Amino acid sequence: MEAYKRVALARKKNRPTGQDFIDNLFTDFIEVHGDRSFGDDPAMITGLGMLIDMPVTIIAQERGKNTKTRIKRNFGSSHPEGYRKALRQMKLAEKFNRPIVCLIDTSGAFCGIGAEERGQGQAIAKNLMEMMSLKVPILSVVIGEGGSGGALALGVADEVWMLENAIYSVISPEGCASILWKDASKTKEAARCLKLTAQDLLELEVIDKIISENHRDFKNVYRELKIGLYKGFQKNQALDTDQLTQNRYQRFRKYGAIESLTE
Amino acid sequence: MLNKGLFKKPKNELEAQHRTKRKTDPAIPSELCRSCPSCKQLSFSSDLENNFHVCPKCGHHFRINARQRLNMIVDPDSFVEQHHDLCSTNRLEFPGYDEKLEQATLFSHENEGVIIGTAKIGDHQVALFVMEATFMMGSMGQVVGEKITLIFEYALKHGLPVIGYTVSGGARMQEGMLALMQMAKTSGAVKRHSDAGLFYLAVLTDPTTGGVTASFAMEGDIILAEPEALIAFAGPRVIEQTIRQRLPKGFQRAEFLLEKGFVDAIVPRSIQKETIKQLLTLHQIPQGGDQNGSL
Repeated sequence: MEAYKRVALARKKNRPTGQDFIDNLFTDFIEVHGDRSFGDDPAMITGLGMLIDMPVTIIAQERGKNTKTRIKRNFGSSHPEGYRKALRQMKLAEKFNRPIVCLIDTSGAFCGIGAEERGQGQAIAKNLMEMMSLKVPILSVVIGEGGSGGALALGVADEVWMLENAIYSVISPEGCASILWKDASKTKEAARCLKLTAQDLLELEVIDKIISENHRDFKNVYRELKIGLYKGFQKNQALDTDQLTQNRYQRFRKYGAIESLTE
Repeated sequence: MLNKGLFKKPKNELEAQHRTKRKTDPAIPSELCRSCPSCKQLSFSSDLENNFHVCPKCGHHFRINARQRLNMIVDPDSFVEQHHDLCSTNRLEFPGYDEKLEQATLFSHENEGVIIGTAKIGDHQVALFVMEATFMMGSMGQVVGEKITLIFEYALKHGLPVIGYTVSGGARMQEGMLALMQMAKTSGAVKRHSDAGLFYLAVLTDPTTGGVTASFAMEGDIILAEPEALIAFAGPRVIEQTIRQRLPKGFQRAEFLLEKGFVDAIVPRSIQKETIKQLLTLHQIPQGGDQNGSL
């Protein structure tokens, strides 16, 4: 399938959002709010829930379902307080030895005056740094759009999975076309060149697994994810914490390591 | 020879570009005078050079390249460069990227957008990285990420502090997700260095934006900035397009970040070396010792 078609599917209006995944993957979900220093970011849902019989911490980006909720959720684009809220919950997960599930679906971290004033860059940087050494298993799943740094701030995990029609990109194809070629009509070409589909990223080893989807019915997706996450956590919980963080470091260390550059 | 060169038609596009580019080469300032982009006043190039490339009239900090920075900061002849030979490849086969890399190499006289190595500053042994704006605006691809990771790993192994000068347009989009992954990779290296109790000083220069701001630039134990440097996650143009309103004056400049609490101090070039020395002393970084810090 053409790359840009995947972009359109990933952004499709009626595609299930973070909240749908939470409802279908976990039981006893309790949402918790706030970053304890500025406010609560509705674009980022954090909470606790049961994955089959395993208590887990859930971090999910939420873009909203209709105009009203989309405005409330800021179309899934977090402010710095969203990333700080996520990190606060991850630290608590570490304290209480709970695995962490991150569900990524954002067109990017929000670009606005308030976001810059409150240190969007610093908030993301801090998440990248801290997630690298968290002593509990982390699994991240790109469920829709994985937009650059705003997605990566939840993506420093032991394994990163993608839904078949999700995308994950360093920049939006629109942004790439207008910056590089000063021509918004080249969006489709940009989408192809950026290698942002699940298949491309599996080949580049940026992700570890593709969850196949039938985009009209997500029942199979939920079932596969639920079992997959459970087994993934069991596998990683068996490791001692040094091994776990060492593996995570090496997972990201390999991109552009000298050996691959001088091949 | 001269006549021959003058009337020779360039054989290909690259040769033509190379010829025109040379005129604006920052490494060889051919003009006698330069006008300040801030106050528009003319200054002699030699005066600027003696004044750390800072406008003597208004204090504007001209953009300078990485080697010039190194000369201002480190003790004479103490810099030992590492991994100079690492070059980028076009792994995604992104259209036009090979040509861009070639041009950037000719234009900047560097192999990539960052220089790493060890040096002495006030006789303190340090590891350092200095980013190079003339190489594709210091954008971070796999090689930049790798070199920064390597210097943090080297510093960790040898118990050295890291001094890092940042200037960058962000992640290099021609390398796609492999460029984005460098943010996680470098952050991991900073974290390990930090967890070992070692000191990392970041100095942010104009402009530091995007994926570099959202990773190692903002992860320093102490973060200094040059006066009026643009420091941003999203650049001003992107924000204006998103929110469709004009941004206030001074927005995202170093002074603004100081006010909002995201940098520790603004340090003009003229006192940067002194400030770094002072910080190294206060962090009890030993003086003297082995001069040869190469691998």
